[in-house]
Amino acid sequence: MNAAEPAALRRFDTIGWLRRYGTSLFLVLLIVFFAAENSRFLSMRNISNILTEVSIYGIIAVGMTFVILTAGVDLAVGSLLAFAGMAGAYVMKAIGADYSLSWLVALSTATAVGALVGYLQGKAVTVFSIPPFIVTLGGLTVWRGATLILNDGSPIAGFDASYRWWGTGSIIGVPVPVVFFGVIALVGYVAQRYTRYGRYVYAVGGNPEAARLNGLDVAAIITSVYLIVGALAGLAGFLLSARLGAAEAVGGVGYELRVIASVVIGGASLAGGRGGIGGTVIGALLIGVLTNGLVIMHVSSYWQQVVIGLIIVAAVAFDSYAKSRRP
Amino acid sequence: MSSAPLLDVRKICKQFPGVRALDGVDLQVQAGEVHALLGENGAGKSTLLKILSGALRADQGEVVLQGATLDAQDTPRERQRLGLITIYQEFNLLPFMSISENLFLGREPRRYGLIDWKAMHEKSRTLLLSLGLNVDPRREVRHLSVAHQQMVEIGRAVAQQAKLIIMDEPTAALSGREVEILHSVIRDLKARGVSFIYVTHRLDEVKQVCDSFRVLRDGRLVASGEVSTVEIRDLIRLMVGRDVEFPRLARRAPPGTPVLEVKGISRSLDAAHRHAMALEDLSIEVKAGEIVGFAGLVGAGRTELARIIFGADHCDRGVIYLSGKNVSPLRSPRDAIRAGVALVPEDRKQQGCFLEQSISQNMTLPSLGRLARWRIFVNEAEERLLIHKYQTALRIKMPNSTSAIGTLSGGNQQKVLLARCMALQPKLLIVDEPTRGIDIGAKAEVHQLLSDMAQSGIALIVISSEMPEVLALSDRIVVFREGRISGTLEAAEATEQTLMQLMAISAAADAPRAVTA
Repeated sequence: MNAAEPAALRRFDTIGWLRRYGTSLFLVLLIVFFAAENSRFLSMRNISNILTEVSIYGIIAVGMTFVILTAGVDLAVGSLLAFAGMAGAYVMKAIGADYSLSWLVALSTATAVGALVGYLQGKAVTVFSIPPFIVTLGGLTVWRGATLILNDGSPIAGFDASYRWWGTGSIIGVPVPVVFFGVIALVGYVAQRYTRYGRYVYAVGGNPEAARLNGLDVAAIITSVYLIVGALAGLAGFLLSARLGAAEAVGGVGYELRVIASVVIGGASLAGGRGGIGGTVIGALLIGVLTNGLVIMHVSSYWQQVVIGLIIVAAVAFDSYAKSRRP
Repeated sequence: MSSAPLLDVRKICKQFPGVRALDGVDLQVQAGEVHALLGENGAGKSTLLKILSGALRADQGEVVLQGATLDAQDTPRERQRLGLITIYQEFNLLPFMSISENLFLGREPRRYGLIDWKAMHEKSRTLLLSLGLNVDPRREVRHLSVAHQQMVEIGRAVAQQAKLIIMDEPTAALSGREVEILHSVIRDLKARGVSFIYVTHRLDEVKQVCDSFRVLRDGRLVASGEVSTVEIRDLIRLMVGRDVEFPRLARRAPPGTPVLEVKGISRSLDAAHRHAMALEDLSIEVKAGEIVGFAGLVGAGRTELARIIFGADHCDRGVIYLSGKNVSPLRSPRDAIRAGVALVPEDRKQQGCFLEQSISQNMTLPSLGRLARWRIFVNEAEERLLIHKYQTALRIKMPNSTSAIGTLSGGNQQKVLLARCMALQPKLLIVDEPTRGIDIGAKAEVHQLLSDMAQSGIALIVISSEMPEVLALSDRIVVFREGRISGTLEAAEATEQTLMQLMAISAAADAPRAVTA
């Protein structure tokens, strides 16, 4: 048995170590680099900024991790964020905003709308066997269009302080969206690591036919991951509207790419069955730090896009190189 | 045998880790001859075919085609150019392209550098008609029946000026009428000077279409000769005599009450599963503590019936009783598992394992419902106990339960899958190909485990292509042929010969009829 072999005698596997911790190491190096370049980078204000920014798409990335684990993808999350956020604000205004707990109406409406849309997209994937890429590519334009229709393209603004608190307030010094992100990431991590559901998601992504032969309801599990990511996109839509003070039809444009990039940089395989929330959180932080650092260094936004794109490709290239090396 | 043979294979040896697949095999095929290559599963036929087609390299020996020794480094493509063309059971056609495009793939007729569609369709039509196939060459291949797809494969071989066509079990998925058409096409091509190597398990076909034969057993050539001078029962004897026998396991106490009763399962062919066999009126019974072996050729209905009993496939008619209770229709494996059925599937890698995931995930997945706290959280302490229990009981060799199952040997992977089923405490366990691709030592262990499980009162169905395995394990053997049950034998009266006769000779053939129970 190999287990008897003392660990100390095994040759240190540099590539294997890098495959596991490379992203975290890169994140630390980036932080050190930006801090050395500009002292403002590590100011409380800037850190809080980065984290709040990361939280909005990080919350969705937690859900996206489940989707990608099943070998699916959801391209509609950016549009859904805007649609659900708009729907929340719209319903709140329709009821009349001058009452306490008006934020609760918006919060629950946005999350419920997100969950419902996610459920419908999941059903489209499982019942009609449409590839998730196609279903959610359709969703990407449908929900953006629906957002514009909902309020004729204009933003909904004029939220009270209790509403704004969800985007701009803080709990013992930590911005509220960051608290949300932390709690959701933790719940996601526990669900993946310690629950039956988490095991089932990995099984469906790893080998759907074997999962079916083990008595799993594969269609229900696949539908559920789209419901989860939809609900989280709705929640993120509410938080973003509270942060900006308006629900905008152009909110969250391009978020789907940032969200997917976070998950993939975090080590998940688009083929399913491999990845995790821990990696996704690191991936989301990496993108946030990089974007913010490049802004602080006055790198043009054009170049930022180039850099982030190259890093995504490099991360995946390294991963497949490390994988192919294994005996 | 005076003229130089078209193909002359000399002293081919091929070693795989742990197995000598081919040991000095010779093979000659004359021009315009149909040569039958016979042998049981694992005899080395597939390895030999792959060496001829260029998919594998021989360790020793040479292949001579029309007097010229072929380069052992040839790729399959180069062998095709030389006129050595292999048609596998799973066709190599592009389903979404037209017949013409498939026939002339890579060799399309051109005009001004562009594909000349008109010429291509015309040539295709002529070619198809010469094979007796009157279909529009513009049709997409996926719309064709299996038999017609096979004709397209043959047509492609003809279009490539095939000298020798190797066919691996060409009739496995064909009906009686289609087999006749195939044979007449083979005779036509033979008259035009094309040679065939014809691999089959259906021995009556050897008599119908082949000129000469050769029998492999355990990687060695055991006999060859002219078909006209040999009887089918001699062929059977040549194929099955073997050096290694599994010990027949000690008989257990007489079996108990019926656990599984299946009555009148039928299924007609449907478009979605064109490679599947229609099933006709299958009825079986398995008692507690009994092992019932399913024998038959691949596609004869044994796996198909097992998958219906497990809820993985559907049937048109028929009833399934478990412990006297009508449980049909079983709509999904989920239903079947709840009713007390477990399955170790045929294809360990595709249907059984989650290769990149941990041993514990693989072993406990369907049992998590019982291992959960508040139905949500996996009780990992209890899970570890369960894994430890089965690791000890089944003597699974593994570094630790968190390593990926893909890192284990085939035998240990199979034991993990058996443990997965045992943990469900089923009433009925179906094991499809229990020892495929695992070494001889692990085979004996798996056999003992299955026997022990029956001893403990579980009803077992064991499906195997290896007759010694079926004979060693079973109390009773159900033999399948072409979607029907062709006989049921008590283990004591069954021999490889009687099984082979029930499996491989169709009722229509004028061969001696099998001894039935």
